[in-house]
Order: sequence, then structure tokens, then C-alpha cells
Amino acid sequence: MIRIECPWCGPRSEAEFTCGGQSHIVRPADPAAVSDREWAQYLYQRDNPKGLHYERWRHTFGCRQWFNVARDTVTHEIRAVYRMTDLKPAPGGEGV
Amino acid sequence: MKRTAQRLPHARVDPGKTLRFRFDGRTYEGVAGDSLASALLANGVGVVGRSFKLHRPRGVFGCGKEEANALVQLESGGYSEPNARATLVPLYEGLEARGQNAWPNVRSDVFGALGVFKRLLPASFYYKTFMWPNWQRWEGLVRRLAGLGIAPTSADPQKYLKQNVHADVVVVGAGRSGLEAALATSRDPACRVLLIDEQEEPGGGLLASPAAADRSWLEEALREVAARDNITLLCRTTVNGYYDNNVLAALERLSNHHGPAAGGAVRERFWRIFAGRVVLATGAIERPLVFPNNDRPGIMLASAVREYCHRYGLTLGERIVFYTNNDSAWRTALELVDAGVPVVAIIDLRPAVESELRQRAREAGIALHLGTVVTDTRGRSGLRRLVLHRLAGPGDALEAPAGTLDCDVLAMSGGWTPTVHLYSQSGGLLAYRDSDACFVPERAHQAVTAVGRANGEFAAPLNLQPQWLTPGVSAEHQWVDFQYDVTASDIQLAARENFVSVEHVKRYTTNGMSVDQGKTSNVNGLGILALATGRPIPEVGTTRFRPPYHPTSLGAYAGIELGALYTPFQQLPAHAAHVAAGALFEDYGAWQRPACYPRPGEEEEAAMAREARAVRSAVGLLDYSPLGKLEVRGPDAREFLNRMYLNNIRTLEVGAARYGLMLNEAGIVIDDGVVVCLARDHFLLHTTSGGATTIHQHLEEWLQCEWTDLEVIVGNATTQWATLMLSGPKARAVLAQLDGDIDVSREAFGHMQYREGRLLGQPCRILRASFTGEVSFEISVPANCGLSLWEALMQAGEPHGIVPFGIETLMLLRTEKGYPHVGADTDGNTMPQDLGWGGAVANKPDDFVGRRSLSQPVGSDPGRFQFTGLELLEADARTVSGAHILTADGESTAGYVTSAFHSPNLNRTVALGIVADARDRQGEEVTVFYAGQRQRARLIKPGVYDPAGEALNG
Repeated sequence: MIRIECPWCGPRSEAEFTCGGQSHIVRPADPAAVSDREWAQYLYQRDNPKGLHYERWRHTFGCRQWFNVARDTVTHEIRAVYRMTDLKPAPGGEGV
Repeated sequence: MKRTAQRLPHARVDPGKTLRFRFDGRTYEGVAGDSLASALLANGVGVVGRSFKLHRPRGVFGCGKEEANALVQLESGGYSEPNARATLVPLYEGLEARGQNAWPNVRSDVFGALGVFKRLLPASFYYKTFMWPNWQRWEGLVRRLAGLGIAPTSADPQKYLKQNVHADVVVVGAGRSGLEAALATSRDPACRVLLIDEQEEPGGGLLASPAAADRSWLEEALREVAARDNITLLCRTTVNGYYDNNVLAALERLSNHHGPAAGGAVRERFWRIFAGRVVLATGAIERPLVFPNNDRPGIMLASAVREYCHRYGLTLGERIVFYTNNDSAWRTALELVDAGVPVVAIIDLRPAVESELRQRAREAGIALHLGTVVTDTRGRSGLRRLVLHRLAGPGDALEAPAGTLDCDVLAMSGGWTPTVHLYSQSGGLLAYRDSDACFVPERAHQAVTAVGRANGEFAAPLNLQPQWLTPGVSAEHQWVDFQYDVTASDIQLAARENFVSVEHVKRYTTNGMSVDQGKTSNVNGLGILALATGRPIPEVGTTRFRPPYHPTSLGAYAGIELGALYTPFQQLPAHAAHVAAGALFEDYGAWQRPACYPRPGEEEEAAMAREARAVRSAVGLLDYSPLGKLEVRGPDAREFLNRMYLNNIRTLEVGAARYGLMLNEAGIVIDDGVVVCLARDHFLLHTTSGGATTIHQHLEEWLQCEWTDLEVIVGNATTQWATLMLSGPKARAVLAQLDGDIDVSREAFGHMQYREGRLLGQPCRILRASFTGEVSFEISVPANCGLSLWEALMQAGEPHGIVPFGIETLMLLRTEKGYPHVGADTDGNTMPQDLGWGGAVANKPDDFVGRRSLSQPVGSDPGRFQFTGLELLEADARTVSGAHILTADGESTAGYVTSAFHSPNLNRTVALGIVADARDRQGEEVTVFYAGQRQRARLIKPGVYDPAGEALNG
């Protein structure tokens, strides 16, 4: 079980959270203008990295807020926690 | 094995306090401080179990969790526990235990003769031997003959708890190393230390030491532990699992030592431990030596003989012989002699042993047989004699017979295995250390340190010479895994059959797979496999250590979450009135809701029919409080909802309500409901009752993750309001009688309109929507006013023939009307066009969540399951939801019945379904298949009651 530093509530047990999968997926600005293929990519294609993964989590049994987590999928180490509106921290950059 | 009435004076038991217990139907006496194993040994009970496969007689072999033979069925009925290690069961007054896998008992097991057939039962014999005519023919017999304890069949009446704890340092094991670590780390008063030990009392290996210095050190250390406020000591607690982020799981046995007499006390507590740092002081387990017939009762680990002597005060034999390949057993033998225990000989397979040890042993009158191995053992139910051979060289062939040696106990030591299970579970790497022939912690993956013997730090050098099996004699009766009857020949067979991976060999031979998970057999098995495959041990590697370290009661995992406490439930605001009205309650999600209100002697379907007729002809009242009530507010609320709903929300006027379908981004219908405009920037969303929480989360996810620029807040007000649905042609007349300031006349309050005001002096919200097809008022008042509103409406309705109706009756009414229930009449593929909402999509000018997915090719696939009415063609035919609609050839499924009721208002079955291409096939006949029966049905427009919808405006 991992512990997650909720930006609003502090460190809590994983049991309180829900993982929402990969973060930083951009919704096409004009969905009607994209091809079927591009729309399917947006809907379903996800990274499956061994190592650093940027994903979003919700503190479901807490403040119910979404936030981003940079987590190592091999070690489960959480390298950064940042808000939904923050930019994605670069791998190896500050805090990651 | 000898019966010892007297205990040695230095023992840690209380001979003055006797405890009576029963084993295999006979009554015995032990003393306070005994384990069941020590009490059995004190009574001279040599045979305590029968082996798993061959029913060989087995005696106590170890003294703790490494015990492989003394597995007993403890107690009976709901208290029954299979495979209890007699060495770990503290004796209590009235204890009852039975030996396992034997009939009538372990002393005279009629299946004992099975050993003769050992050749027929090699590793994985069930794949090979019992193949004619097929394995299934034999399986029942083999399962009856082989096995360990019997799983209890009655419910466990004992209580279990779960608890979380945080600690800066967790020390596992309260032996010398663990106590030292706890005392050192707790010097900082801010450091919270949790010290855990699995035995009945702290002390670990020190409890088995006769040395006065050890005993006084332990006393002093325990005094100091007790004096420090920042140390918490948990005894009788086994750490069973080590997970990511230094989370550990442990099981505390709170009242097992009282047995069933503990009454209502909590039996076990499951601890979830969140640790800053972990110190593993888990000690080491002695290994048996592998030689022919090494499983005979009386052959034990040297460490166990030591502990039974010094801790329990038992002299186990009259002629005790040691057999070893290392120095530690010599020291044990000398200690025993000092305590007055008759040790007659030491057999050591090493040709040379340190002169000081030899000297002291000779002085103690012990005969020495160096460079000698045991090649057979004799005796019927207990050990009588050893057959010896001289060894030509290390691991080499036998040189010459070396006669026989009479003895009744053989104390053996094949070296020590550090208890690295938790270290390995934590992700730490192990390395093989040649000099001590064992795996030791190499590199930690988490904040964990191993100390003491768990780290391979032995008090004195072992000078060990490994011998994984006895050379020069058949490997067939050289036992490796006593619990699962695995011999050296089984492992050799696996190697001959080309099993290379240690994980495969483990499963093929079952070595290390029994309840002890190979605590004494794994390393010997590796050694034999290494020899058989000509590889060094590090190359063979170990099998992976997995939790739990020791078997854990299922009850402890369940804790208190059983029966009514299994999951939280919610009751309606007017629950008391429903109980008084005789409601039949059922669970709908977390809610306990009346399904209907059967009168005495009335069947459920009859009650639903009566209620449904009353709603159509007069008026009914339903507690609709679980209806989802999400409030959405903010300058961008309208824009946000317009993006979330398929329906146009831009044009929704204040005080008006509109039906809405909500999709996910894949275009699948996930909810429907009514959107109410309370003010220009304030909306109320009535979601499905089951969807309130998930739709709230869905909205929040889009707001927080995608459209962070929108100024909108969403709140879930579902349980703040009690909502009662008053429905039927007399609904208006009933409501008008109540004291309120809202004009409910037909002219002032139309369908799909919303009003706020006061009712019975309370704030109220009334929506005119209808899920029954009749004039309906959905009246919401503060939750704590729900009961009084219910009573007032029932009273006002009495002259009009009002009845309370339940949720099943509502489902019947809406099925008559053909209103779909999202989640029941839709599935995980349903798109709006499948519900007939394709036109609305085309007419909406704006984008909304899921819209783009509707025009993906999948949205126009032929064969999509589409919502439809179903008319059964045979008179009086019935069907159920879940029945299949068949393809034209009758071979496969092309849809389902999703809702089906007997309609009391139409006096026939009404049914809805999702059927392939149903929207283009209206009027076609199909076959309905259920439970082997086929019926004819026609696809029709949903909604056969009042198809024109006139009742709504009545």
C-alpha cells in the first residue's frame, strides 16, 4: 500500500484515493474536426511506461479533489505531487 | 520417548499449576507455561500426527513455527482450527485436540500401510499413476487418503478486530537483537517504537538459554522496555506481510491462549502497521539433516531438544544422540549435559572438529563419531537405533559400516536458515553465503535493516560442512519436506524430468508448499536440486517469499465487517412509517427501501398489483428520497450543464424542468434524469437514485480536470431533502388539502414545472415530473420533516383511497409506460440513438461530452442492441428480465428482456428489452428463450398503457 501526499489533506493511505489513470490528456478543442482515428486515440490510447508515469488521482474519501502524481511504476515511488493546473514536471527536473 | 513427570528446576513453566487437556480422546495433564507440544512430550506421546501422503507416524520435531509434524485439529464446531502447530498452541485448561489425517487415530492409523506403496506415489503421482481410466475416477479416494486438517463447516463464533498503527520504528522479534534495537532506537523520546514478538512472552532464543547471564540480561532488558513510554510491546503477534511503503500486516492472538473459554473476548486482532523504519530481528531456524528414515518420531531439531529442556524442563530421552554438520549442536549437547540430561553420543559428518569442543564433549562422557553419517534409523512408532557409516570424504561415497547406535532421541542440526521471509517480501535482495550455507540479506529495497541471526550473525562460528542428502544410499526415504512427504528422490526425479527452474520444481514436487511454506525444507531442497543439476546454489536461486509468513485466520481479515456490519446502509427519512405500514424492505444500493407493502397474507406480486391499480385509479405515495439531487451553481453553470447533457440546457427557463440524458466520453448513456432551473445560475439535477454519487464524481472530474476555467460548484444535496412522490389522478386534490403557499392547480402548475414555497410551515420544493405516467408531484422538504410530511399526506389522502407504494411497484408502472430505466434497460454499449434520441443529438447545435463518439463507426454498426417494447403473443405468457432474445436461426443471442412485469391494469405481461436493430424491426416476431422454454413475442413501441400520455395532464 502506498501513501499519497494529498495537496490539500497531507499524507494519507492509498485506500482513500482513486487512481484516474494517465493525466495530461488533451481533449481536442473541436471534436467534430478530428478524424475517427484521432478521436479513438484520445479516448483509448494510453502510455504504459516502465518507470515514471504521470497520472491523476482523486482523494475520494477525503477532500474529493483531483491532483496529479508522478509515480514510478517499478518502485511505486511518488516523485512529485502537483495540481491539475500545474505544468507537468520534467523527468529528472526539480522535484521529480 | 520418555514420560517425564518431573520438570527440570530451571524451566520457565509452573509445575505447581496443572492443566488438563485431551488429545485424540485421551486425557492428559500439563502445566502452566506449556505449549501443547511440550505437554504431549511430557506425557510421552511420541506419535502426534500422520504424514500427508503416506500416513507415516510423525512426532514433534521442532519447538516453534518451524514445526512440520505436530499439526493438530484444535477444538471442534465453530472453534475448530485445522493445522494448528502444537508447538505454537499455549496449553489451557480443557484444551481438546486431535491428530490429523488418520483413522481412527494417529496411534493406530489403518492407512499406515500406505508407506509400502511409496513407489507408486512419486512426485506429482496424480499426473502419472492414476490415469486409468481417468484421474477423476481416483480423485475422491486420493483426496480422502491424503490431506491435513479439516476445514470447519460451522460459523466461527469468535470476534476479530482490525486496527491501524503508525510507528517511527518497528522492531520485529523481541529476542536479544530485537530488544537491543528497540532500546537503542527508543533513546530518542520522540521516536515511537513498536516492538513485536510472536511468542507468548518476549525473549526469543533467550527463553531457551540455560545461562544465568542470558536470563538476567533478559530481565533487565524487559524492565527497561517497560519503563520507556515510547516503546509499545506486542506479544503473541506475528508479522505476516511486508508491503510497499513500509506497510506491514500482523496478527495478534489476544485470547487464543484461553481457548473457547475466552467467551466473548476478541480472539485475534489484525494490525496494519505503517512504519518509518523496520528492524528485522526475526532470528534463524535450524535445518534438519537429510538421511534415510529421518522422519521417525524421536528425531528432532537440536534447537528444539534444547528449548524443551531449558524452557519447558523436559528430559526427552534416556539416550539422546546428536547428529550434526556444524559446531552449534556441540554447544547444545554440552549445555544439556550440564543440565543433567543424558547425551550419549555426537555423530558429526565432519572428519575434524575443533579440539576444544571435542575435549569438552569427552569430559562430559559423550561418545564421538566423527566423519560418520546416519544411513538408516530403526524403531516402530519411535526411534530405537541408528545405523552408521563412515564417510570417505565430504559429500563423498560411504567408506565402511560403522555399526549401530541405540538411542531414543536424535537431535539433529544441518545448520541455520536466517528468517529472511519479511526481508524478501519487502523487496530486499538475498545473497548465498557459502561458509554458513544459507541465504542472508544483501541489499535493502525499503527502509529496513536485518539484525542478529536474521542477518546471518551467529554468536559463534558454525564451521559448517553442508551435506544436502546422504550419499551412497537410496534417496527414496530421505525426507526433505516432512509436511508434504517430499523426499530427496522426488527432487532428483524432477531434475531428471528436466525441471530446471526452482519455482517449477517446487510446484512439481510440492516441496515447501505446505502450511509451513518450506521453513525447514526450502534450503535443503535447493541443495539437492543444485547437486542434481550440477549447478551452484546461487545459480539455482530461491523461490520467492510471499505473504503470509504464517497462516492467518480468515476471521481476522474479515474483522467486524460481517452480517449487518458488512457494508453501511441508509434508511429513508420516513423509515418508521414504512415499518409501521408493513413494508417489505430490500436493499437498493446502500438504501433500504420498501419494495412494496404486502398486507397480511398477501403475496408480493399481489401487493404490487393492488398498489399499481390504486396509483392509476386514485393516488399513491412513494418515499422517493434517494432520488439524486445535485445542485450546480455559478456563472458558468448553464454552459457547463449544456456540455454535460445531450439535451439543450441553454434554453431552459427559470422554474422549468427538462429531461436529460448524460453520456460518458465514449458516447455511452450513463444516467438520465431531470434538470431543473432554479435561477439563471443555479440548477438542480435529479439523477437516478443509484447514480447520485457517481454522477457527482463525473461532473467534478470534468470541472476539476478538463474545464478548470469554468466557474461552477457542484454539491450533492441528496440526503438533505426527503422527497415524496404523490402520484395518481387524485394527487392534486390530496396535495391541495395541505397547508402551503404553492398553487397546485392544473392551470398554475403544469407538467415539467418546478415551484418553491412552504408546506406545513417548512420550506419545500415541488417538481411536476412523472415516472408513473400519472400526474405526479415530487415534493421535497428538509430530511427531518420527511416523516411528518408522509403522515400528513397519508392522512389527507385517506378519503381519496391513498396507498403507500414501493419501488417495485414504481418499476411496474414505468414499464407499463415504456419509460427506460438507465442501468436496467441499457447496458455498457447503449448510445442515445439506441434509445430513440438520435434526432435530439442532431438538433443540438453545441458539442457535449460523448457527442463525437456517436459518429464513430461503432455508433452505426448493424446489430446494435436497441431499446424496444415486447409483446408476448401467447395469452397469459410470462417472462423475466434476463431472458434471451434469439437470432433468426435460434442459435445465439440477439438481445435480452430487461424489464418484465405482470400488468394489473392491462391484465397481461408488459416487457421491455434491448434487441438487435429493434428500431428498424418494429412489428417483427422474435423468440424469447428462458430456462429451456421458447416463446413468441413481437417487437413493439415501448409504452402500452395510455400511449397518448393523456393521464399526465389530468
